[in-house]
Amino acid sequence: MLKKVTGFALAAGAAFALGGIALNRGEPVNTLWILAAGGCIYTLGYRFYAAWIAASVLACDASRATPAERLDNGRDFVPTPKWVVFGHHFAAIAGPGPLIGPTLAAQFGYLPGTLWILIGSVLGGCVQDMVVLFASTRRDGRTLGQMARDELGPVGGVAALIGTLAIMIILIAVLSLVVVNAMKHSAWATSTVFATIPIAMVVGLYMRLVRPGRVAEGSVIGVVLLLAAVAGGGWIDQQPALHALFDHDGTTLAWFVMGYGFLAAIMPVWLLLAPRDYLSTFLKLGTVALLAVAILVMHPDLRMPALTRFADGTGPVFAGKLFPFVFITIACGAISGFHALISSGTTPKLLRNERDIRLVGYGSMLLESLVAVMAMIAATLLDPGVYFAINSPLAALGGSPDAAVATLTGWGFPVTLEQMQALAHEVGEATLFARTGGAPSLAVGMASILSGVFGAGLLAIWYHFAIMFEAVFILTTLDAGTRVGRFMLQDTLGHVWAPLGRTSWYPSVVFSSALVVAAWGYFLYVGVIDPNGGINILWPLFGISNQMLAAIALSVMTAILVKGPRPRHAWITGAPLAWLAVVTTSAAFAKLLSPNPKIGFLAGAQDLAAKLAAGTLPPEKAAVAGRLILNQRIDAALAAFFLFVLWAVIIDMLRIVLRRRSGAPLAESAEAPYQRSRLPEAAGA
Amino acid sequence: MPEFTRALIRVRDALADLLRGAFGAGGYERYRAHHAAHHGDTPPLDRAAWFRRREAERWTGVNRCC
Repeated sequence: MLKKVTGFALAAGAAFALGGIALNRGEPVNTLWILAAGGCIYTLGYRFYAAWIAASVLACDASRATPAERLDNGRDFVPTPKWVVFGHHFAAIAGPGPLIGPTLAAQFGYLPGTLWILIGSVLGGCVQDMVVLFASTRRDGRTLGQMARDELGPVGGVAALIGTLAIMIILIAVLSLVVVNAMKHSAWATSTVFATIPIAMVVGLYMRLVRPGRVAEGSVIGVVLLLAAVAGGGWIDQQPALHALFDHDGTTLAWFVMGYGFLAAIMPVWLLLAPRDYLSTFLKLGTVALLAVAILVMHPDLRMPALTRFADGTGPVFAGKLFPFVFITIACGAISGFHALISSGTTPKLLRNERDIRLVGYGSMLLESLVAVMAMIAATLLDPGVYFAINSPLAALGGSPDAAVATLTGWGFPVTLEQMQALAHEVGEATLFARTGGAPSLAVGMASILSGVFGAGLLAIWYHFAIMFEAVFILTTLDAGTRVGRFMLQDTLGHVWAPLGRTSWYPSVVFSSALVVAAWGYFLYVGVIDPNGGINILWPLFGISNQMLAAIALSVMTAILVKGPRPRHAWITGAPLAWLAVVTTSAAFAKLLSPNPKIGFLAGAQDLAAKLAAGTLPPEKAAVAGRLILNQRIDAALAAFFLFVLWAVIIDMLRIVLRRRSGAPLAESAEAPYQRSRLPEAAGA
Repeated sequence: MPEFTRALIRVRDALADLLRGAFGAGGYERYRAHHAAHHGDTPPLDRAAWFRRREAERWTGVNRCC
């Protein structure tokens, strides 16, 4: 009874808050409305939907021994308290994605993105993470790829493997482009980001040689050094000689990042990768907590309209209509296929009891979704004119800062050159025009919230703190992703020539690392030389690949549910799958076939080729046109390939559904047999 | 102890566990407990050796996301 009353109150609260946000026109909406709506929806999702799924669909069984208990080896299989597993899982799924996607999607206004983050996570992303975690726990911690092979067949298995490798390459390319754009001609940002490398190494050496295994101590020392590096960057910026040392154009920085990625992949993990990860975890948890407190204290009004005119597809940040592009742009934070790899990785091997699946699987994703909501708030509390000036490539606004402010003011987002200059000066940058990729605008938003609560007048420090924070994350993903790509490649190459498959044979390590870096480095390089900023092309491609991976995961899960004892509840993964299929297919078709050269890859290539042939391109653009044309064609091939993989898996899954319906024999689902738990938690269950 | 205080203690313990999990700290104590229970006849790894092994194992699969 009490549960029903709370449920009703929450639903009413959510409806009231959402109604308040949606119906409010003309007056700015306060952040507290968004947080109230989010709080109600998350609680409803967790208390009711997730609880129902755990009890009635998955039938999580507290008396059943988990793989951590049955296979306990004190190493990867270890029964672990639930909040420890939660921390482990959240640290693994939380990356820079939910900070960038919402920032870009803010060009449609705050409403579409916020609704998708809230509803998409509660009905889609959290469900995916939770069901994958459950399925893997019931299968001795098998990976998504193995489950795809077992439950769907070889097509599913190969699709999962290729999907993972492709998403990794595109992800690293787009993230490194974000970092490069944030460092471009900014000595302060560049010196700070570069300083994170030796700092991570100092921490690594400390934890290896001085105080082995003392992670917390090492991390605290590292964070103090990082903060010093942020402040020191401001000083470096003022010294002409040092300034010149760190002031680089995009191409040079892109080569630096590639070189760094290669070195990081072949160096021992304890020296760079692991310590950097401790620092980024520290920063992520700390900054998110700090930001949440600051948003609650400041509770600023959102200055961006609920819905902008760019829902029609003419947006300057990236081209494409609200449907389907808002759902592609925001992947992490609403639903992210990548999480399925984590939920079927180390986490299921740690769960002490099936009862914890809801907290770890569903709960961590809710927290990730909240991070995305905060990123949306940080983007939309800026003056819309400022937001668009920072995030749009100059080419989309007329070609120069003068033209840009005129264009934006004409669109109804007034902004002046003086305003932009003053803001750039305040945050310690030479210019904020066309700093695409989302990081600088997020940093301005975060800086304005944080400096409002923790130290006014420190805007420049907070801005560069935010840039450093994002860069540390991104470089962690870059290291770890290159390494995973290398392992996958070595695994595949091992079939061609066995020595290449040996992960400890140095020539193979160097060769396969170089191949992986070359793959993402190519997309990064083209993104940097693209006068339209590159994000416009790469981010949608990343969104499509991530949603494709989510669709693969949801297909495998739907097949498992259909084979299981409660097939009529398979819609819990089937419905988000159907939605993702629609969204991903529409987006891929638009990117392939749209006649608008800003949206369609092929149209873009053709348009550029025609202009090149007619000689109407300015010389600097003509010099790179050949490479841009080739790149657009490669992107088109990739989009078509993702579409093919997506539907191959969905059809494979539908085959199983049809067999089940017609009563035809089906291969058994590969669940491990029941064994009663002896752990104290299971007592009485 | 009043209910409210107990709730606060639970929140504090959960947060501490969350941080431990996020950093992968505290695993050595669990390893020692496991070792004592299952392989009591052999000497356990010391903290440094355990940490080296763990770090190498931790970075062999997909463990970080976007």
